[in-house]
Amino acid sequence: MQWEAVIGLEVHVQLATASKIFSGASTAFGAAPNSQACEIDLGLPGVLPVLNEKAVEMAVLFGLATHADIPERSVFERKNYFYPDLPKGYQTSQMAEPIVGPGYVDIPLEQGGIKRVRIHHAHLEEDAGKSLHEDFHGMTGIDLNRAGTPLLEVVSEPDMNSAKEAVAYLKAIHSLITYLGISDGNMAEGSMRCDANVSVRLKGEPKLGTRCEIKNVNSFRFVEKAINHEIERQIELIEDGGRVVQETRLYDPDKDETRSMRSKEEANDYRYFPCPDLLPLVLDPAYIDHLRSTLPELPDQKRERFTQQLGLSDYDAGVLSSSRALADYFDRATQLCGDAKLAANWVTGEVAASLNRDGLDITQSPVAPEQLAGLIKRLQDNTINGKAAKQVFAALWAEEAHTADEVIEAKGLKQVTDTGAIEAIIDQILQDNPAQVEQYRSAEEDKRGKMIGFFVGQVMKASRGTANPQAVNQLLKTKLDAL
Amino acid sequence: MIELSLAQMAQGLRQKTFSSRELTQAFLDRISQLNPRINAFITVTAETALQQAEQADARLAQSDASPLTGLPLAHKDIFCTQGVRTTCGSRMLENFTAPYSATVVSRLEEAGMVSLGKTNLDEFAMGSSNESSWFGPTLNPWDLNAVPGGSSGGSAAAVAARLVPAATGTDTGGSIRQPAAFCGITGIKPTYGRVSRWGMIAYASSLDQGGPMARSAEDCALLLQAMAGFDPKDSTSIQRNLPQYADALHEPLQGLTLGLPKEYFGEDLSPAMAKVLEQAIQTLEKLGVRCKEVSLPLTRLAIPAYYVIAPAEASTNLSRYDGVRFGHRCDQPQDLEDLYKRSRSEGFGEEVKRRILVGTYALSEGFYDAYYRKAQQLRRLITQDFQSSLKEVDLLLAPTTPTPAFDLGSKINDPVQMYLEDIYTLGVNLAGLPALSMPAGQVAGRPVGLQLIGNHFEEARLLNVAHQFQQVTDHHLQKPSGIE
Repeated sequence: MQWEAVIGLEVHVQLATASKIFSGASTAFGAAPNSQACEIDLGLPGVLPVLNEKAVEMAVLFGLATHADIPERSVFERKNYFYPDLPKGYQTSQMAEPIVGPGYVDIPLEQGGIKRVRIHHAHLEEDAGKSLHEDFHGMTGIDLNRAGTPLLEVVSEPDMNSAKEAVAYLKAIHSLITYLGISDGNMAEGSMRCDANVSVRLKGEPKLGTRCEIKNVNSFRFVEKAINHEIERQIELIEDGGRVVQETRLYDPDKDETRSMRSKEEANDYRYFPCPDLLPLVLDPAYIDHLRSTLPELPDQKRERFTQQLGLSDYDAGVLSSSRALADYFDRATQLCGDAKLAANWVTGEVAASLNRDGLDITQSPVAPEQLAGLIKRLQDNTINGKAAKQVFAALWAEEAHTADEVIEAKGLKQVTDTGAIEAIIDQILQDNPAQVEQYRSAEEDKRGKMIGFFVGQVMKASRGTANPQAVNQLLKTKLDAL
Repeated sequence: MIELSLAQMAQGLRQKTFSSRELTQAFLDRISQLNPRINAFITVTAETALQQAEQADARLAQSDASPLTGLPLAHKDIFCTQGVRTTCGSRMLENFTAPYSATVVSRLEEAGMVSLGKTNLDEFAMGSSNESSWFGPTLNPWDLNAVPGGSSGGSAAAVAARLVPAATGTDTGGSIRQPAAFCGITGIKPTYGRVSRWGMIAYASSLDQGGPMARSAEDCALLLQAMAGFDPKDSTSIQRNLPQYADALHEPLQGLTLGLPKEYFGEDLSPAMAKVLEQAIQTLEKLGVRCKEVSLPLTRLAIPAYYVIAPAEASTNLSRYDGVRFGHRCDQPQDLEDLYKRSRSEGFGEEVKRRILVGTYALSEGFYDAYYRKAQQLRRLITQDFQSSLKEVDLLLAPTTPTPAFDLGSKINDPVQMYLEDIYTLGVNLAGLPALSMPAGQVAGRPVGLQLIGNHFEEARLLNVAHQFQQVTDHHLQKPSGIE
């Protein structure tokens, strides 16, 4: 039997506002418990919410970036349930009239090409606090610092058919929100969280299977693992003659399994109704147009510019546009050195490898784009050769000097193009290696090409890498053949 | 001294006839003497009152005073007062002290008013008799066997008994106007959004509105001037210029048309009440007002609409009282569910529980359309009803209540009878309109309230008509006979 998975994702994005969605308290991560919860966040009697305009702006930017309708009117509603980390006993959210209507994102497929994933809607809501179950001797601690942090919940259509597609979608959303600067997208700190709705059906079957919602899949890796695990579980269940029941399941990354949290019957009746403390939000078309004009160049547009205008390969363009910071780094280096291809090679090559090795982000790179451009310029004007360039880069990375020129000077890496100097080295090498010279001379013409490499290596070594390799090659050949 | 109006007291302070400290002490003395009999106050803040009075005297001496500086008042115990407990008449908040003050409280404090304490109310403002207070019922100073009305019954009784010259109240379905009527004082519920709700403990957010209660329309105008106005902390507060209410009081009434909604003068109204109102109408006609019958056909439907919308909002507004962060917590909770169940069962009284249950039901899946959505539709129609009749006439005149104050205990066990008490006041809240109640006479020793209803933001006109009426009548000067 050929099975097909159907996946939809609900992504919660914490918006990077300075203060909370309905109060003036700070949203900074990691403060002492309950030190960033004001009377509004605590839900004290008599307090009232006032909507943070910045959160609205960020939500609208997301909508515009995902080609969505932005309705003129949206409504905040109360989602009612009791939980200790939900101070008011309801979450202020949106339901019937969300701020962002239907939109889409395009995701790259592993086998090539792109797929369009539709977004059903995105709505604004407030985050809850945190319940801490450890260290309280059978009691639960409540930290309300997070309560009231603005969230944008992005609800996709069930348009994905594999865990890999789900990850690609999540990465696309991640890339968008960081490009827009509306979230830091830090999954480890919970700035971006994901619930997955998964069902399976036989290929060709038009009807959707019964779905399960998997909560708590909060890294790209866990999303892939949890979905794959859930797909297998459902297929196995059905093939064994069982039936999938609609329920909420929790992913346990330690055991790599999902387990049942609550069934549909146990689900809350949230009793949504319009929040009487907040008037419907009405957005002026001129306001939306203004925000549209502030949109930065988005990943798709960047990718296109990189291939069409700068002549990069699809692969390089894809890598470089995957994060705004990386693209900005590349753009800056290109702008300063004037050679996009060379800049792309360095950014996707040496820079990426070094970052990866040291576990750093592009924004933490010890080598700034200005420094990289300085290095590339010396390659372009033949001051140094490629081998020396790598040494220069390593020195800059280790912060031994500030500019490429300083490193070149200090380490004497300037390329020797003076034939007299090179000839002197060659003569010395030939004199020191009579046996190899003899071998070369007695060899057939077609073997000589390979044998010359030995002499090139010796000369380069003797020049500490500074000799121009082309010149060395040329001169060696002339001299050896003349012997 | 205690019989003076706010304006006269302000004059006395400026002429140094008496100081704010003396004035404050006189009312505090009266409170200690009479409050034990009528239970109008939950908390009396004598010490801070005297401090505030001294500060006021200093301001007056430096000519740095507002028209309200040094005048005493009391706050309904639904307004949060920093450093002074705010109970909302509930065991749930018996020991709750807010770390902030309501905007209304801060504004009156900044104006230099002296707060004598917090007045009794129906628990969470849910009631029409003040009998649902955890702190015991307030009694009507006109007749200790009668209720003072509710939910701002403590404020109304305190003002009527001259324990304080003025007080704040809140009105969700008549909670300023009905007790004002029952206690023979003047009270105004402003247009929804006129007075900030920040720090005013929510009962039904889309209906709640704070307002002043005092003996005369003139005193109410003075207070409203300081209470009203846009507040950035309340998203439903309205950004609109405030008129000078005191200036508008003196406008002549010639040419004004008052509408008498016939549904308000029907069989619900007691004949004795009708007679008192008839005389008041004649007085107004002598002042140049023309009266005309109008119709508000949906009047009776205000009751079911209100008793769906208000409990629905209340059911979620009161979810925060869960025993977790503040308020009453049961002893030795076994688990989370036990904590919720017992804390809320013990902390809330019967009427509050009833409304939470009704509201939860009305919002439940499968019932939402039949109840909440229907009620909202009705609300729109009732609003249109008012607006079309207010196109024909300048203001509406009606009784505030169908009967004068009823006896203690007579309706507390019959919620539906109690709800019917509000028939003339609820519609105004649903439509968000301003309305005022003032004394128009008595029936068997109990005061009768006359209600004036205006279009949105017409508070000045309501106060104007009431003031002109009070210039030629003395109902508002009558002293309650029950406690002297």
